[in-house]
Amino acid sequence: MDSRRPLTGWGRTNPSVATVHSAGDDAELARLVTEAGRRGVLARGLGRSYGDAAQNGGGVVVDMTARNRVLSVDTGTALVSVEAGASLDQLMRLLLPLGLFVPVSPGTRHVTVGGAIAADIHGKNHHLDGSFGRHVVAMDLLCADGTIRRLTPESELFWATVGGMGLTGLVLRATLRMKKVESAYCLVDTERCADLDDLLGRMAADDHRYTYSVAWIDCLARGASLGRSVLTRGWSATVEQLPRTLREHALDFRPKQLAVAPSVFPSGLLNRATVAAFNEAWYRKAPRERRGEIQSIARFFHPLDAVAQWNRIYGPRGFLQYQFVVPFGAEETLRRCIQMLSDTGQASFLAVLKRFGQPSPGHLSFPTSGWALALDVPIGAASLGGLLDRLDEEVLAAGGREYLAKDSRLPASAIARMYPRLDAWRVVRRAADPHGVFTSDLARRLGL
Amino acid sequence: MKDAIGNVQRIVVLGGTSDIALATVVKLTQARPGVQVTLAARPSERRAAAAAALEARGMQVTEIDFEATDRTSYERAIASVFATGGDVDVVMLAFGLLGDQERAWQDVDAALALVQVNYAAAVACGVLVAARLRAQGHGAIIAISSVAGERPRRSNFVYGSTKAGMDAFYTGLGDALERDGVQVLVVRPGFVRTKMTAGLAAAPLSQAPEQVAEVIVAGLRAGRHTVWAPPAMRWVMSVLRHLPRPVFKRLPV
Ligand SMILES: Cc1cc2nc3c(=O)[nH]c(=O)nc-3n(C[C@H](O)[C@H](O)[C@H](O)COP(=O)(O)OP(=O)(O)OC[C@H]3O[C@@H](n4cnc5c(N)ncnc54)[C@H](O)[C@@H]3O)c2cc1C
Repeated sequence: MDSRRPLTGWGRTNPSVATVHSAGDDAELARLVTEAGRRGVLARGLGRSYGDAAQNGGGVVVDMTARNRVLSVDTGTALVSVEAGASLDQLMRLLLPLGLFVPVSPGTRHVTVGGAIAADIHGKNHHLDGSFGRHVVAMDLLCADGTIRRLTPESELFWATVGGMGLTGLVLRATLRMKKVESAYCLVDTERCADLDDLLGRMAADDHRYTYSVAWIDCLARGASLGRSVLTRGWSATVEQLPRTLREHALDFRPKQLAVAPSVFPSGLLNRATVAAFNEAWYRKAPRERRGEIQSIARFFHPLDAVAQWNRIYGPRGFLQYQFVVPFGAEETLRRCIQMLSDTGQASFLAVLKRFGQPSPGHLSFPTSGWALALDVPIGAASLGGLLDRLDEEVLAAGGREYLAKDSRLPASAIARMYPRLDAWRVVRRAADPHGVFTSDLARRLGL
Repeated sequence: MKDAIGNVQRIVVLGGTSDIALATVVKLTQARPGVQVTLAARPSERRAAAAAALEARGMQVTEIDFEATDRTSYERAIASVFATGGDVDVVMLAFGLLGDQERAWQDVDAALALVQVNYAAAVACGVLVAARLRAQGHGAIIAISSVAGERPRRSNFVYGSTKAGMDAFYTGLGDALERDGVQVLVVRPGFVRTKMTAGLAAAPLSQAPEQVAEVIVAGLRAGRHTVWAPPAMRWVMSVLRHLPRPVFKRLPV
């Protein structure tokens, strides 16, 4: 079942046409890989990376989502084996009732295990638990020569694959160490922060007390209120912490989809005025301070998932996400970046700030200790390219980096400076795939 | 590989000394240095000067020989461009001859020279480039046509007829390539003050190559199929196309 069609990432920019192949069994995929043409092969999950990471113009893109079975579950050890096309949404629905939660959850449940490994995703618990790859015990990788290798964290190829953006092979199966939980709820503290100093101060002071922590910054607030934000932090709730009415069904997980965004949105719907009004209302709505609130996992982790295909609201020209991390000590860079964004008034919803903990051994893994900021920006303003290029320079000067799973516009020259282990990764990749069978638009654009 | 903002990484110009093409390359690469540009043209001082000018702006320029009257030459040139290096984001088809109208409509050799370059070679190059961009699954072709093709005029209908032909071909090619992720932009400039028109009296709405470049880059980024330069030409031509012949003939165009 092949079809030639255009693909984009979540940002809906810069399409390319590929032969999309729905993944069959191991033997069939091995044949596909060994018979690959000049434009190569690439795995694709649920297409939630923002830019061109899951595109392979002119080549073959293997849609892995047909391979989504859960192969084994051990509630004692919390070890779960799954096919790589299984989504985190599916794992939550299936395994939360058994008291198992995914070790790392991004801002959407609609990502595959393969995509989570390839981008080495991080969640609100990065400061404690690190990124997704740390919780992978083993995986099966279909390599360029058609063989399937069982990789464990002792091997270099394992860490070249974790964060390797699909460029080492097709991840077929993985064994994950899940987190044991008593409920499908979180105990959440919410605080309103007046400005950036207030926010960073609070996060630095007691983030370590919380399992999960994230702040939403209003990027349109200026002057003295630059960096005004809402900080939400919490823990997985124990049964005892739940109100009586929830205790009996503590592990129920039935997230509701509230709406689907219509398919046609005009460009420019989101402008400075509409976004500023939204941000103001949102900030006022948050409590100045509230402790110990019980929130469902869906509400706490995936508020955006309530509206399916919300990426359409940015209109036909699409949008991008700019996400970077700068080391602790580079707070001034963070401030300048937020300032530059707020000065130019490039409309953006809220920016998300996280505190990252220890880096992962993945060569191209994004998280390193420091402050990570992410924000969505619509494509449109002619000045956008220049602004982001200047932000890149700020990030680079501070020793920071940007996230490949979000990137759709970095210049190739920036990559080696952001990822000092790029050359080491290339050596491992070349050994595993000497002819560059696995490739993507992202890899071509950045010269990976 | 181009990016979400529209930054390109590799451009190929067939007819690499065209003023409009060079202005477009400058405009298209303004934001970032280091873009790879291939200038395919006859070896000449002008080509070298064009390459030097682009290099001075931070581009990595390659010059290759390209002769539109010689099938072996253009086939080889296009094959070599796509044989190595990264994906090509934009191919500009910018070669063309204005010729001597009065000779061209009375002399077979002069007529065929225009047909050969402006139409036959343009079509052949389109066929060759289209196959490569399809294989990439992305890319854009910018074909420099002319308003002269929209309604033939007594003063340059041989040139106009070749442009009408190439314009029709590239317009159709755009439809053919739509499902392959390849954009074809047909550009219909009015009178442009370039080396090609040097010595001719400038027509109304005449413009500099930079103004045409502006229109081209905007059209490319907006995903257009046809643009007129200046944009108002679209409406002017729309009127001219519908004028009764006796009236049209008396116009000083
Ligand atoms: C609303 C939203 C919120 C997000 N929040 C976060 C967040 O908080 N933290 C975070 O880290 N990320 C976040 N992301 C990004 C997302 O987690 C990553 O882009 C993830 O990789 C998407 O998974 P996917 O299955 O959609 O993969 P795709 O986007 O389809 O592919 C991403 C990459 O993974 C590779 N890949 C996919 N499957 C396989 C496989 N089986 N074998 C080998 N390679 C494979 C692809 O080749 C590609 O390079 C968010 C995205 C959205 C849309």
